Amino acid sequence: MIRRLMKTLVGAAVLAAFAGGVVAQDSKVADELAKYREALADGNPADLLEVKGEGLWAEKRGPKNASLEKCDLGQGPGKLEGAYAALPKYFKDTNKVMDVESRLVHCMVTLQGFTQAEVTKQWFSRPGKESDIEALVTFIGAKSNGMKINAPATHPEEARMAKMGEYIFYRRSGPQDFSCSICHGQEGKRIRLQELGNLTTKEGAGFAMKTWPSYRVSQGAVWTMQRRLIDCMRQARWPEPAYLADSIVALETYLQKTATGTVMETPGIKR
Amino acid sequence: MNFKFALFFGLTVASAAPAFAQKAVEAPGGKHAKDAEQMFRASFRADNPKYWMTRLEQDETMKTCLQYRDNPPRKIGEKLEKLNVATIRYPVDGKLIGDWKEGEKLAAVGTGGHIGFIQPDPAGRVRGGNCYACHELAKKEIAYGTIGPSLREFGKIRGKDDDTIKYVYDKIYNSNAFTACTNMPRFGLHSWLTPEQITHIVAFLIDPESPVNKD
Repeated sequence: MIRRLMKTLVGAAVLAAFAGGVVAQDSKVADELAKYREALADGNPADLLEVKGEGLWAEKRGPKNASLEKCDLGQGPGKLEGAYAALPKYFKDTNKVMDVESRLVHCMVTLQGFTQAEVTKQWFSRPGKESDIEALVTFIGAKSNGMKINAPATHPEEARMAKMGEYIFYRRSGPQDFSCSICHGQEGKRIRLQELGNLTTKEGAGFAMKTWPSYRVSQGAVWTMQRRLIDCMRQARWPEPAYLADSIVALETYLQKTATGTVMETPGIKR
Repeated sequence: MNFKFALFFGLTVASAAPAFAQKAVEAPGGKHAKDAEQMFRASFRADNPKYWMTRLEQDETMKTCLQYRDNPPRKIGEKLEKLNVATIRYPVDGKLIGDWKEGEKLAAVGTGGHIGFIQPDPAGRVRGGNCYACHELAKKEIAYGTIGPSLREFGKIRGKDDDTIKYVYDKIYNSNAFTACTNMPRFGLHSWLTPEQITHIVAFLIDPESPVNKD
């Protein structure tokens, strides 16, 4: 966390230097900017979860008494740097396109010996009931902070998933005729006072994808991307897809492909 | 009003038509659309009650709008609009303008209709039109969305003749009767609102006493 903060401070200073030459005024602005970010970084409850996730990752757990340190999230066993930013991804060993959550659960089942039902029982937190998955995903996500989203869906299976995600994005149904696209397919619109991103553009999709997992102030909890998208379905008045369902992974593949090139800022803090 | 509307609509279509002619946009999902539909349907827990799952059904309008990314060629759009006109039902007493005060309440309610295992609405939760989610209406409500056009002073501008009243009723009952694949829900078709509730929202828009038409 401290390392990240240092990076942010250096980044802000460098940014200021490039922006308009190193004069007293700029360094003052940079100071203020850094102070603001410092306050946010210190204030994000997701940071606590990140630390918890780091512990869970290294701890020997489950029937096989193993840690997750050999888990391959797509960059090789135990390689976490940039892994989140490059998911969803096709995995040969499962012959499936998997997102960070489905891959993590796969590791907990194969390496630690848990059953899938045990691992996913508390896939999101409720008041008084913490979620290991939320903590682990926050930790894994933070290891991609500052890196570019890199999920261009070039493998044929990834390309297929991205296309299926696009289909779901435009699919209208339910008692309000909703689709993802009617709210997130145009520029500069809002619902009530909430601004809506245009998820069909790199900038819009990037803005949406780069800050997850995110601490949601209105929910008092960190939400993963699965949680976020499943709740979108609820708001559309549809039934909820099951946790880790292919349709959610497909939507993520479509959105990450569109967002590719955007720099990750995670864990985020949102409304 | 109807003439103006028709003229505006005609011009819009005329200016948009060449764009359609030039490039046919691929349907979402491309050659994987069928697989995608199957995959989507297979994504739900087996213990979802049947009536929840009916919310995934698509009528011809929904299917066609998906295929054309909500931008159907005009000929196909017209066909859909005819289909949707035919669905409109009216209150038994034939009165299409109700009580603006009831309409004002309905315009603000955005709850209701949420299902699922995680955060469903409690039984009996009031359903409204949620008009403010997308439209500006009364001046005093500043928390309005912008997905739809501003309807501020709607009655003041459009008048309160029978044609206008019927147009507003029809539009709320089935928005696709006028513009195929619009973002606006079809409140009457889906029985989201009753015909009587729709007449109240009509009054909220048109009645000179309604805050929509006051400064």
